[in-house]
Amino acid sequence: MEKNAPLIAITNLHKTFGENTVLNGVDINVNKGEYVVILGRSGSGKSVTIKCLVGLEKADKGVIKVFDTDITNLNENDLNAIRVRIGFMFQNGALYDSMSIRQNLTFTLKHHNKNISNEDIETKITEALDNVGLLEAIDKMPSELSGGMRKRIGMARALIIQPEIILYDEPTSGLDTITAREISELMVSIQKKYKTTSLIITHDMACAKLTGNRILILNNGVIHAEGTYAELEKSKDSWVKSFFI
Amino acid sequence: MIAGLKNIFTDTGNITVFTARFFKEVFRPPFQINEFLRQSYAVGYKSLPLVTITGFIMGLVLTIQSRPTMAKFGAESWLPSMVSLSLIREIAPVITALICAGKIASGIGAELGSMKVTEQIDAMEVSAINPYKYLVVTRILATTLMIPILVIYADLVGIFGGYVGYNVHGSMGLYRYFTGVFEHLEFLDVVPATIKTFFFGFFIGLIGCYKGFNASNGTASVGVAANSAVVTASLSIFIIDMLAVQITDLFF
Ligand SMILES: Nc1ncnc2c1ncn2[C@@H]1O[C@H](COP(=O)(O)OP(=O)(O)OP(=O)(O)O)[C@@H](O)[C@H]1O
Ligand SMILES: [Mg+2]
Repeated sequence: MEKNAPLIAITNLHKTFGENTVLNGVDINVNKGEYVVILGRSGSGKSVTIKCLVGLEKADKGVIKVFDTDITNLNENDLNAIRVRIGFMFQNGALYDSMSIRQNLTFTLKHHNKNISNEDIETKITEALDNVGLLEAIDKMPSELSGGMRKRIGMARALIIQPEIILYDEPTSGLDTITAREISELMVSIQKKYKTTSLIITHDMACAKLTGNRILILNNGVIHAEGTYAELEKSKDSWVKSFFI
Repeated sequence: MIAGLKNIFTDTGNITVFTARFFKEVFRPPFQINEFLRQSYAVGYKSLPLVTITGFIMGLVLTIQSRPTMAKFGAESWLPSMVSLSLIREIAPVITALICAGKIASGIGAELGSMKVTEQIDAMEVSAINPYKYLVVTRILATTLMIPILVIYADLVGIFGGYVGYNVHGSMGLYRYFTGVFEHLEFLDVVPATIKTFFFGFFIGLIGCYKGFNASNGTASVGVAANSAVVTASLSIFIIDMLAVQITDLFF
């Protein structure tokens, strides 16, 4: 890989569902070790953008480079080789609801690394659940958890494979302010500890301020504005301003 | 009208691709043995009470209903063999398959549909787990192997139900009853009927999985997936049955 190439490089991404054009030429670059926040109104296509990034949605047009590989035309095996290096936290957790929390995490770990020992699994699960403050939920079923708890388990599941890139889809929405703050701080500490790279979708400005090295605002299918929290806060653009009230 | 026709064609095309994928993935390791066993347990063992009750009643009712006609011809002693033949050749396979379409195809449709809607299938995919292999192949294999076993079980329970039905009015020992049953059973009564049950099982699993896997977004679509899985699976059971009869007729 070229030394300073961005870890994620999306160029001119287009995506249309039927008549509904969602993305109309999005460009995003994320450098190694950087945390980039995407802001945008509900329905502006934030989730679609990161789904394109892992090949869950197919881009209509554009180049999506992850680890310097264009993923838009990869076969399943090559795509999976990239996917195992990425952690994806779904907006609503997406926990496997026929499995307990322990099984959810074990299942993910075992498919990630076939030769992992049972002790390793145990320590990793304990650590991951401890990180999100839900150690006591280990033997519960997803249906016994609240929405916010499921979300945090979803985060633990994304982190447990120690990915190089983590994609967070609204990690703090639906949480109380104290838990939300703890989650944001956890994200920062993961960045420091493991040198991970992240794209973070959020509506929570406190989270954006704390975790984002850079902020992008998505509007009408393109990146409308870009800058640090401090820069955007002082912006004259009324659309940008409206996020900072 | 045109749109409806177009839908039928795209649906047929999609389900063909879906089926082709099954045959591609089923022979490719890694095999999800544990999940297959879990599904077999869910399909087979959990359907036993239902199949026992319906099988027993089928045999019982069929015997009681046929008795007057047989008695008219003085052929009451033929009752065991006639009832068991109808059960084995036609009634037990079709009724059991229909019951399983109601229970299993709808269950699979709803389960996979809700997994799709709540992004669990997406979550598998981003974890580099092949959801088709893990969810679909295991379920189709389970239904393909379990439905024939359930049908054979239903045959036996049904024949026993016939024994009870016979003894409502007449009296015949269990041993003599079963001798009467097996005396007239032939290869052609059992084998084609068993072969078609594999197809019943295959289609029950296939249609349940297809409907669930292709549920659109939103919770309402889970109900739609379950419902159309039952309807399509039941219909396909009748069609397979008709084809099976024609083919058996042609060759034997
Ligand atoms: N699978 C799909 N089929 C059809 N339309 C879709 C699909 N996925 C997303 N869309 C449409 O794309 C648009 C953007 O959706 P997306 O989920 O990316 O929004 P979002 O920015 O994440 O919003 P939110 O903040 O509410 O999560 C929406 O209008 C949605 O209706
Ligand atoms: Mg979203």
